[in-house]
Amino acid sequence: MIEIINLCKSFNGHRVLDNLNLTINTGETTVIIGRSGCGKSVLLKHIIGLLKPDHGQIIVDGKDITRMDEKELHAMRMKFGMLFQGAALFDSLNVLENVGFALIEHMNVKDDEIKKRVKECLALVGLKSIEDKKPSELSGGMRKRVGLARAICLRPHVMLYDEPTTGVDPIMGDAINDLIVELHNKLKVTGIAVTHDMTSAYKIADRMAMLYNGKIITVGTPDEIRSAKNPIVKQFITGASKGPITEGIDFEHLI
Amino acid sequence: MKKLVEALGHRFVEFIRYAGGVSVLMSQTLFWIPMPPLRRKQLVEQMSKIGVDSLPIVTLISLFTGMVLALQSAYQMQRMSAEMYIASLVSLSMTRELGPVLTALIVAGRVGASITAELGTMKVTEQIDALETLATNPIKYLVVPRFLALIMMLPLLTVFADVIGILGGYLIGVYKLNISHAMYMKNTWDPLKYKDVFTGLIKSFFFAIITCIVACYEGMTADGGAEGVGQATTSCVVNSFILIIASDCFFTALFYFIT
Repeated sequence: MIEIINLCKSFNGHRVLDNLNLTINTGETTVIIGRSGCGKSVLLKHIIGLLKPDHGQIIVDGKDITRMDEKELHAMRMKFGMLFQGAALFDSLNVLENVGFALIEHMNVKDDEIKKRVKECLALVGLKSIEDKKPSELSGGMRKRVGLARAICLRPHVMLYDEPTTGVDPIMGDAINDLIVELHNKLKVTGIAVTHDMTSAYKIADRMAMLYNGKIITVGTPDEIRSAKNPIVKQFITGASKGPITEGIDFEHLI
Repeated sequence: MKKLVEALGHRFVEFIRYAGGVSVLMSQTLFWIPMPPLRRKQLVEQMSKIGVDSLPIVTLISLFTGMVLALQSAYQMQRMSAEMYIASLVSLSMTRELGPVLTALIVAGRVGASITAELGTMKVTEQIDALETLATNPIKYLVVPRFLALIMMLPLLTVFADVIGILGGYLIGVYKLNISHAMYMKNTWDPLKYKDVFTGLIKSFFFAIITCIVACYEGMTADGGAEGVGQATTSCVVNSFILIIASDCFFTALFYFIT
């Protein structure tokens, strides 16, 4: 279980996360929805310890990661896998080295074993025979899938997905959603995804949480979110331009 | 007046933040150097990129500098019939000053800019974050191999530049000014002491540290997409040039008084 307690983070005096509380249940995929720039990715980066909060705690398996030193944090990160928005593949390395990065760096594993494991991970995401290619030779969808293969290479307990369907066409987006669901079923990992793509959110989520003004304003199953009464949630999930979220914002000039 | 004070205060705070950031990066780099693994493959790759690939431009610039130095001093010395001292002037100027400084400026412009652009792109495309999520320290993985490669290759390039610069002076001295080969060589080696070469190498060692730390700091703190990477690259070249020239002034004064 991952517990986020009273998390606060400000950038240049602007409070992005404001006493945020959220509990992620083990084995579930929780999708955090919210507008672009509302702090979803910031929250995800706090969960894996890439950012330090101004205040608050993140308890993973009973340990507060905000107080961990670098060594403990690295050990904890071995249990996490993260898919970045733009895949964040290392340009200077080929697919084999990218996917097998953690094995090469941290495990005393023979080359043959690394190749075998990389092939398995690539097969899990529906790719084969691209081990020698450089990231620049791959399409957007392939890059995302290689990023996913890299994230699952160490058999993580927790998977973090930052906007998994952003930057790919709808068909590839759906294929990535299917992959996330399939990986969740096969590997039994706890998943945390942030997205503003509602189609993706409904498809992959066991539970959904909406982030608004630095706080989680609602948590529920996809069905509960669909039938939410909260006008803010309602406006967001229907994608209406008029409502409480956009009160005082004039879109007329865009027309 | 208030605005001026505010602007100065802002600049001062920025300077302190920059100096603090660079110092922290330097201390973290020193901390991570002895930590295993050595990453021999990456180190050799960086040494090749920084050292071997810089040879053509270092050769060209040092050769021309040596030639210009000989020609320029000939213009003055011919009036006093002191052409034979051209060789000493070229060899001492190259080893003590021009070799280390010019090589450092070339490497800061060529290699420093490329390090900033590479690390800056990695930063804005979240590759540095990805390294951390894969339990790998970015300083150990990215900065340490570049740091070690630079502190090894810049002094070597400097020795190479010294030799090529002296060769440039020799070509002008012997083939244009008709100084005999033996006389030129004698006047090159006689005034040259170990300490002249050695002080140049000490300088180049510190220039390598400046180039690497400034370049890596600018790259690892870049933000704002392609524009941010461009700005970081410009800052890297400008700041490392200023720091190289300023520290050269400091070391020249120091060596002047203590040797």
